[in-house]
Amino acid sequence: MSDPAISIDRARASELGMVARFFKATELDTRLLGMIGALVIIWLAFQFLSGGQFLTPRNLWNLSVQTSSIAVMATGMVLIIVTRNIDLSVGSVLGFVGMIMGVTQAEFLPKLIGFENPATWIIALGIGVVTGALIGGFQGFIIAFLGVPAFIVTLGGLLVWRGAAWWVTSGRTVAPMDLTFRLMGGGPEGSIGAMWSWVVGIVACLAIVGMVVNSRRQRKRFNFPRRPVWAEVFMAAVGCGLVLGAVALANAYYWPIGIVRKYAEASGITIPDGGLFISHGIALPVLIAVATGIVMTFVTTRTRFGRYVFAMGGNPEAADLAGINTRWVTMKIFIIMGILCAIAGAISTARLNAATNAQGTLDELLTIAAAVIGGTSLAGGVGTIAGAMIGALLMQSLSSGMVLLGLDTPLQNIVVGLVLVVAVWLDTIYRRRTA
Amino acid sequence: MTDTQAPLVDMENISIAFGGIRAVDGASVDLYPGEVVALLGHNGAGKSTLIKILSGAYKRDSGTIRVNGEEATISNPRDAKSYGIETIYQTLALADNVDTAANLYLGRELMTPWGTLDDVAMEHSAREVMGRLNPRFQRFKDPVKALSGGQRQSVAIARAILFNARILIMDEPTAALGPQETAQVGELIKQLKSEGIGIFLISHDIHDVFHLADRVAVMKNGQVVGTAKVGDVTEDEVLGMIILGKCPSGAIPGPGAVN
Repeated sequence: MSDPAISIDRARASELGMVARFFKATELDTRLLGMIGALVIIWLAFQFLSGGQFLTPRNLWNLSVQTSSIAVMATGMVLIIVTRNIDLSVGSVLGFVGMIMGVTQAEFLPKLIGFENPATWIIALGIGVVTGALIGGFQGFIIAFLGVPAFIVTLGGLLVWRGAAWWVTSGRTVAPMDLTFRLMGGGPEGSIGAMWSWVVGIVACLAIVGMVVNSRRQRKRFNFPRRPVWAEVFMAAVGCGLVLGAVALANAYYWPIGIVRKYAEASGITIPDGGLFISHGIALPVLIAVATGIVMTFVTTRTRFGRYVFAMGGNPEAADLAGINTRWVTMKIFIIMGILCAIAGAISTARLNAATNAQGTLDELLTIAAAVIGGTSLAGGVGTIAGAMIGALLMQSLSSGMVLLGLDTPLQNIVVGLVLVVAVWLDTIYRRRTA
Repeated sequence: MTDTQAPLVDMENISIAFGGIRAVDGASVDLYPGEVVALLGHNGAGKSTLIKILSGAYKRDSGTIRVNGEEATISNPRDAKSYGIETIYQTLALADNVDTAANLYLGRELMTPWGTLDDVAMEHSAREVMGRLNPRFQRFKDPVKALSGGQRQSVAIARAILFNARILIMDEPTAALGPQETAQVGELIKQLKSEGIGIFLISHDIHDVFHLADRVAVMKNGQVVGTAKVGDVTEDEVLGMIILGKCPSGAIPGPGAVN
C-alpha cells in the first residue's frame, strides 16, 4: 500500500489504539479524568486572566479550606441522589446545628466547666453530631416510612431548620468560639505544619501502594485477569505524585509576617535576618474533608450498605425483591447526611469564629451542584464520592477565581448557573456516547 | 406426583385484593418435589400475583401457605428465601447499574472476615455458575444494563439457582429469549427437576410449557379453573380452560370452572 492517505489513516488508528489500550490497562475512569481536565482548564484560565495570582500556594491553600465544608456535605448528597432522593435542607441543617454547637460552647458549657476547658470542643462537636443525626433520622423516617417525597420533606426542612436556627438565640450571632474548636476552621493554628504534612503524605503514599498490591494479590488468588504491571506502577506513581505535590504546595504557603512576629515574641525566638518562614502545611478542615471522603468511599464501595444504596438507585423494586430493607437503608442515608451537615457546620462556624443564623444559606444548592457536576445522575444509580468532591472544588474554584478577578456577585451567579447547566449537558452527551 | 408424599408447597384458599379488585380469589395450588407445575392463564388472570404472594413480594389477605407440610409465615422476600423459595421475575428484577456478581449476591453478599464485601470471591463463584449456564459469557465487569436480553435472563436464572433453592418460581422465563436459549432453559429445568427441586412455571403461552410440565393449573379472573396432569388433557382442552374457563373431564375442577 503506497497510498499516503491510507497510511496516515493507519497511523491514526494505531495511535488511537494505543490510547485506548492505555485506558483499558489502567482502568481509568474517563469521566473523572474529563472533570479533572475541566478543573485544570479553569485553573489555567484564571491564572492567565488574573496575571498569575490564581495558581499560588496561598490561593490554592485557601481554595482547599473554602471547599472543605461543601465537599463534606457533597459526599452524603451522592448517596441521597443515587437513591433517587434529594436533600434541600442541608444548608439550613448546617445553620441550625452550627448554632447549637455555638451556643453549647460559648454560652452553655462555660457555666458548667468554665471557659476554654480542653473538653469543650469535643462536647460541642458531639452534641452537634447527635443533633445532626437526629434531624437526618427524623427527615429520613418521614421519607422512608411515611412515604412523603424527599423533595417535599426537605423543602419543609429548609424552612423549618432555618427558622429553628433563628429561634435558638432570637437571631443573635454567637461569638467567639472555643480556641480548640476553632482549629477545625483552618488558619495558621489550624494547620498541621510542615513535618506532620509530610508524615500524612508518606502514610497516604504507603496506603496507595498497599492497596494496589493487595488488590493484585486478591485477583491472583482466583486467577482473574490482572492489569499489566506497568499500569499498576503508573497508577501508584501518579497517585503518590499527586499526594506529595499537594503536601509540598501546602508547605510552600508560609505564615503571614504579623502572625510569625507574634508567635516569635510569645515563644521567645528572635527572627533571623532572612525572615522566619513557618509552613502552614495541610489545613485541618481539609484533612477532615479528605478523611470524610475516604470513609465515605469505603462505605460506598466496600460495605453491604453501600452496595444496597447503588442497587436501590438502579432498580428500587429489584432491591426490595432481593430482600433488602430499603426503607431502613433510606433512613440510614439521611442520618449520615445529618451527621455530615454537623461536621460541615463545625468547619464553617470554626472558620467564621461565630455562629450566625444565616450560616449555610444556599449551601444546599452548592452541594447538589457539586454532586451533579461530579457525575452523580439525578436519575439514580450512578455517582462517586471522589467525583462529588472534585465537583465541589470546581464550584469553589469558579467563585474564588471570579472574586480574584473582581467580578460582581450577580455576574458570578450567572456564570456558576451557566456552568452547572453546561456541565450536565456535556455529561449527558458523554453518557449517550458510552452507553 | 405421588400422593403419599407431603407437598413441597401447599397454597390453600389464597386471596388478595387491590382496592376492591380481587386479584386472587380463593386460589389453591400445590407442588411436589421434582415436579414442574405450569401455572397458565391470560394476562391479568392472577398468576403472577399468586406467585408473588409465595415469593413474599405481596402480603396475602387470607389463606395459608404450607412448606413441607408445616405452616409458613412469609411476609417479605427474605422470609421466602429462608424457606428455599427462589423467584425469577418476569421483569428479571436486576439492578441495572451494578455488575453480574453484585446482582447474583444482592441481599446475600459474601463478606471478608473484616466485614467488608468480598468482591473477588463473589466474582469467582459468579464465573463458575455463569460458566455452567452460559459458557460464552465473559462480561463480568460490565453493569448488567450493558448485557443482551438473553444474558440478562441467564443472570436472573443464575441468581435463583445459586443458593440451593428447593422451590423455584419462573415467571415467563423464556419471554426474552431466542429459540436456542429457550431450549437451554428447557434443559436446565429438566436438570433441576432431577435434583428434586419443585418448579412453578408461569406462562400465558401454553406451547412454551406444555412439554416441560408434569401438571398444569389454569387460572381465570383470579380463580383456579382446574388442575390436571399433562397426560390426562390435550393442549386444546387446556386452551379451553384458559379462554372459556371450561374444565374438561380429565381435570380436577376448581372454584373458577364454569359449568
